[in-house]
Parts: sequence; structure tokens; C-alpha cells
Amino acid sequence: MPRARRSIAVSAALMTAAGLLAACSASANEGKTELVWYINPDSGGQAKVAANCSTDSYTITTQVLPQDANEQRIQLARRLAANDSGIDIMSIDPPFTAEFANAGFLAPLPQDLQDKLKEQSFKGATDAATWDGQMVVAPFWSNTQVLWYRKSFVEKAGIDMGQPVTWDQIIDAAAQNGGKVAVQANKYEGYVVWINALISGAGGELATDTEKGLDMKLEIDSDAGEAAAKVIEKLAHSAAAPADLSVAQEGQAGATFGGPQGAFMVNWTYIYNNYEGTDPGFNKDIGYTRYPQTVEGEDSRPPYGGIGLGVSAYSDHVDDAMAAVECITSPENQEVNAEITGNMPASQAGYAANGDALQKTYPADLLQLFQDSLDNAAPRTVTPYWSDISGGIQSTWHPASGVSSSTPATSQTFIDNVLHGRSLL
Amino acid sequence: MSTATATATATPPAGKARAKASDRSRAENRLGQKLVAPAVVVMLLVTAWPMIQAIYLSLFRYRLTTPDDKSFVGLSNYLTVLTDPLFWQDTLNTVIIMVVTVAVELVIGFAFAMVMHRIVFARGAIRTSILIPYGIITVVSAYAWQFAFSLNNGFVNAWFAWLPWISPETNWFGSHWPAMFAIMVSEIWKTTPFMALLLLAGLSQVSEDMIEAAEVDGATWWQRLWKVILPNMRAAIMVAVLFRALDAFRIFDNIFVMTRGAQDTESSSFLTYRQVIAQFQLGLGSALSVLLFLTVLLLAWLIVKLFRVDLAQARGEA
Repeated sequence: MPRARRSIAVSAALMTAAGLLAACSASANEGKTELVWYINPDSGGQAKVAANCSTDSYTITTQVLPQDANEQRIQLARRLAANDSGIDIMSIDPPFTAEFANAGFLAPLPQDLQDKLKEQSFKGATDAATWDGQMVVAPFWSNTQVLWYRKSFVEKAGIDMGQPVTWDQIIDAAAQNGGKVAVQANKYEGYVVWINALISGAGGELATDTEKGLDMKLEIDSDAGEAAAKVIEKLAHSAAAPADLSVAQEGQAGATFGGPQGAFMVNWTYIYNNYEGTDPGFNKDIGYTRYPQTVEGEDSRPPYGGIGLGVSAYSDHVDDAMAAVECITSPENQEVNAEITGNMPASQAGYAANGDALQKTYPADLLQLFQDSLDNAAPRTVTPYWSDISGGIQSTWHPASGVSSSTPATSQTFIDNVLHGRSLL
Repeated sequence: MSTATATATATPPAGKARAKASDRSRAENRLGQKLVAPAVVVMLLVTAWPMIQAIYLSLFRYRLTTPDDKSFVGLSNYLTVLTDPLFWQDTLNTVIIMVVTVAVELVIGFAFAMVMHRIVFARGAIRTSILIPYGIITVVSAYAWQFAFSLNNGFVNAWFAWLPWISPETNWFGSHWPAMFAIMVSEIWKTTPFMALLLLAGLSQVSEDMIEAAEVDGATWWQRLWKVILPNMRAAIMVAVLFRALDAFRIFDNIFVMTRGAQDTESSSFLTYRQVIAQFQLGLGSALSVLLFLTVLLLAWLIVKLFRVDLAQARGEA
């Protein structure tokens, strides 16, 4: 009996091993390289592009990263720090590009690919993709925010949206007419996007001399910083502030805007696709114009977002991955992705690709507004220490109702302490 | 106090028992030691080694994304942590969460344990339904409670709008105390059944004879509870409080899901997580982990001292 049992066990083990070996050799027989592309979650655009760019010699498969930009950074960086060869291509959020490049996680892009990408991409996209004089990621899509408004509301309030508007104007108009100004002010990266846009709009910058690393010059405690704090303080204490201001992300802002008190909203390009599905006809009431001015008369600097593609320095297939990146970031594929996800191309050519397909989904003046906004967009400071700056801002500027004229100074001191290891973030 | 309570006197003090150990029991002890030795070795490998590694790392300034900047800084990470107001704020939050949740859970848990112990009809069904929340994953329960308290789609504002301080516009996660309240409610809801289970074990060990004797002597229900049942459950209560207090002190999931530490609702674990995982500050983060470990040790020691229970006795060993 024990003998019979043993032979059963042995044959079961052999069968399992044979099965596993067969599985291995089956994939080896195909002889095809598998390139793994870690993507941020979207509605299928990147998966479609991955299929478009798979060739006879390699297949591109996608792996989805977490929703939150910071979580994406954490997952990628921890794997890369452990020299994980399971990542070939990654979708990287612009503020973390410098950190990855500085840590040596990214394989250098070949010079001809860099030249080609510089040639085709928007200036904001190129700036955000460049670290230490080199283009380190390939701009794939570029996002920006515009001011969305409800036509019925501005008509009632009697504001001329044909002219550039300031934050003061829209907050007052909304407060006086029972409307809300929807923004992103939860304790997360999106809130820093808003603050950066406000400071840039007042002619400032969060930090300069970033090539000095930890000893960069922080410029939050400045006139521009104060102008930004003033806008946030005003909105937070105004009747125009949504009740969920302190927890509002893009989705909550979109819900406020679509609700009965919706009046104004700053939000990314893709939000335009959000309403027709559940509320047909709602888009007719949506107006759009350039991001509001922080200071009257001074051109606004809309936020810059998007995705750049990096190739892992630890990938076993760097050359194939570079070829794949070139295909993925072609204007045609940028357009394919934009059509599915609403995440706009990183190049002018992408807007016109595939026989102007984008023009069918979006009004021409909106597409023009996106491109104009991108040309004037202010990327977040490019530094390997962005997460410290961003975290420091989130700690000191959140909640919005606590922001006052002293916030920029407190914030600057705190970030300086964090950078030099004197304070916990 | 001990003179007025009817503790079981059958168990002699452990020290005396050890002094009288026979040859046989000494041999049994030696065999026991040999039998647990492999497990101890494995434990040392998987727990002691990471701890030593953490202590070593805590002496460096070391960031995962700037590996070239690694430098030995001695105890300066500890100094940074211990002089930082954020560390003390987070420690205070953690202590508040621990004290409040364990106290509330102890009371509700005891009531549940009584129900589970005394119930005569549908015993299985009632015991199971009390235990359901404990079977739910903490992250799931945290999401459920976050939705419940949410301004946009929660039911709490709608159901409790009749209370003067709650309106349909109340943003629970908009300021410190309401957010802490929501976090504590989710923690209490989730872990009270565990407390009840541990207390039920203690309750079923209380001899019915003693309770009956007290009843015959004319003790009221309240007196029986305070003078007979609770003193005889002391070991079980200690174990329940110890487990829950140490668990609650390491609270993380609820905060991560519900506020992400916004509104100063961070706990010590959350702070450590952010330094190690989000900021990649391995040195500073390791210093925090070491401090967290020491705090947990101290807490365990304090609770054991406070209840004056011999753990061997608590296990029912003589």
C-alpha cells in the first residue's frame, strides 16, 4: 500500500513538472520577446496602443499601476531600486521624472529619438521630460487644465467670459449668485498642481537653481506665493467654496460642477468626456476658457500634466523597448490614445493625426484652447526632490481653510527643514 | 481589594511550584526546550535578523532614490524624530485612538460576550452574526465607513441630521476631531467582536458553582458581576486588553483609507510608513520603526504589570 501511494506521488510530481516544462517551452517556442509596459489606469487607450505597437519580434503587454500618482511612483521606484528586470517600459508622471532619472533608473534615450521627440512635442512637454540637459522620458500625452463654466450660470450672473478672467472675479461671481467654484484641494498631488499654477500665474516659481540638488533656492515665500495664498484663502472662506473642498479631487470637483450649484471648475481635459454618458445634453451647457489669472492683467500659467514613457535601466530588452517607445509616442498613436481616454496628445501633430479624428469628438475651439494652454503651461519644478517639496506643501497648505498670508513663509521653512533632514515630513 | 473578592484559590503561586519541581518535571522541561528549539531558531532568523537590520539602518542617512548619499549619522535620526513636533502629535493621536477604542470595545465587547454566553435560543446564529464584522477585511470596512460618513454619498448625515451639530453639509473628514471620530467608529465596529470572543473564553471559565454560591449568599446581580465574575476573568480581560491595545497602537489601514493622514489624523505606524515607503527614507524610517517597537514593548510590559497577572497562570498552568 505505501509503495502504491509512493508511486502515485512520484508520477503526480512528474506530471506536474512535465506540465510546467511544457508551458515554459511553449512560450519559448514562439520566440517572441515580451515587453512589459506599466501603465497608469485609463479607459483602455494604452492597451490599444500596446496592441498597435506589438510587432513580429515582440509583444507589448500592459500592467496597471495604482490610481494615485504617488502610489505609482512608490511602486515603480521600489521595484527599480531592487533592479527588477520585469519592467521594460513605464508611464511616468512628470513630477517624478527627475527623481527617477537622477537615481539612474532610466535607460538613456538614443540621441536620434530625443531629437525626434523634441521636434514633435509641445514645449511644456519637453521641459517636463528633460533632466540635466537630456530628454529622459518620451512625452506621450500632455494634459492641461482649463476653466470650465456653466453657460446658464454665467448668463444669469452676467459675466463676460470672452475676456480673460481672474480668480477674484469667478469667486465673487459664484458667491453672489449661489454657485460653487470647484477645485482640487484634498491633501494630494492635485492640490499642489493648483498651488503651482497659482504661483506661476503670479510670475513666481516654487524653486529655482534646482541643479544644486538639496541646496536649491525655494521661492514660495515671495509676492507670488502670497498672491496664491490670497486666492486660496478667499475661496475657502467664501460662499463659493464647495462643502467638500478639503477632500475634493478631480472626481469630486466634477460632481460639484455637474450638480445644481455648479458654476465654475478648473479641471483636466478629460473631464469633458465625463457627463454625456450619464446626462445626455449636459455638454451643451459647458463653456470653457483659459485658466483664470492669479493677478489681473498677468497671463495665467495653466497646470501641466501628462505621461512620459521611460525605459527601465534594468530591462533585458532595452533596444526593443526603445523601438516600442518610438512607436507608442508617434503622433498617430497619441491620437488613438486621446480618442479613447481624453488624454490629449503631447504633440501638435497628434491633434491633426489620423485624418483629424479628434475634431469629431471635441469642438475645434476646445482643441485650440488645449493647445494654447499647453504652450503656456507651467510644469511643476523639475527636481529629484519633488516629492519632498510636494509633501511639504501638502502638509502646510492643507486644509485650504487654514491658509493665510503667513502660509508661504511657514511652508518654505518647513520644506527647507525637510530637505535637510531637520524635520519629518 | 483581593481579600473581598472570591478568586479561585486552588492554584498555588507559580514560584512555589517551580521550587518543588521533581526530576520528572525537570526532564520534561528539558525535552520541551529541545522540542521548541527549531522553532526558536526559525523565529530568530525571520524576526531578529530584520530587527538588527533596522537598527543598523537607523544609524544612516540613506534614501533609496539617492543611494550615493548614504552616510553614517549615528543617533542623529533619533534626535530628529524625538525633537519633531509631528512625531509627538502622531504619538498622541495613536494613544488617543488606542485608549478610546479599547475602552469602548471592552464595554461593548463584554456585553456581547454576556449575550453569547447566556443566550439559549439560536445560539449559533447569534454568535455568528456578532462575529461577522471581525471577518471583514479592515480595508473593506474602512471603505464602507468612509462611504457612510462621506458628504456626497454617505448615510450618516442623512440619518443623524436631527442632531443639532450634524447637517447635510457636515464634512466629517474636513477637520481633526470628526475625522478621528469616524476612524475610531470604524475601528470599534471592526474589532469589538474579537474583544467579545476573548472575553467569552474568560467568561466560560468562571465556575457556575461560585456564581450560584454568591447568589445563595444573597449577592445582587451587580455584586455577582463585580465581586465574582470580573475578578475571576482578570487573566482573560488582560489578554483581551493586551492584544487589542497593541493592535490599536499599530493602527494603519483605517487611516490610510479614510483620510490618508490628512487633518492631523496620522498614527505612529502611518508616519513610519510614509518615511520608509513613500519618502524612501530608509534611515529615518528605520529609526521610527525601532521607536515604535520599543513603545509597543513598553505598552505590553505596562499592561501586564497593571493587571498583576502571571502569564503562566493565565494559560491555566500551575
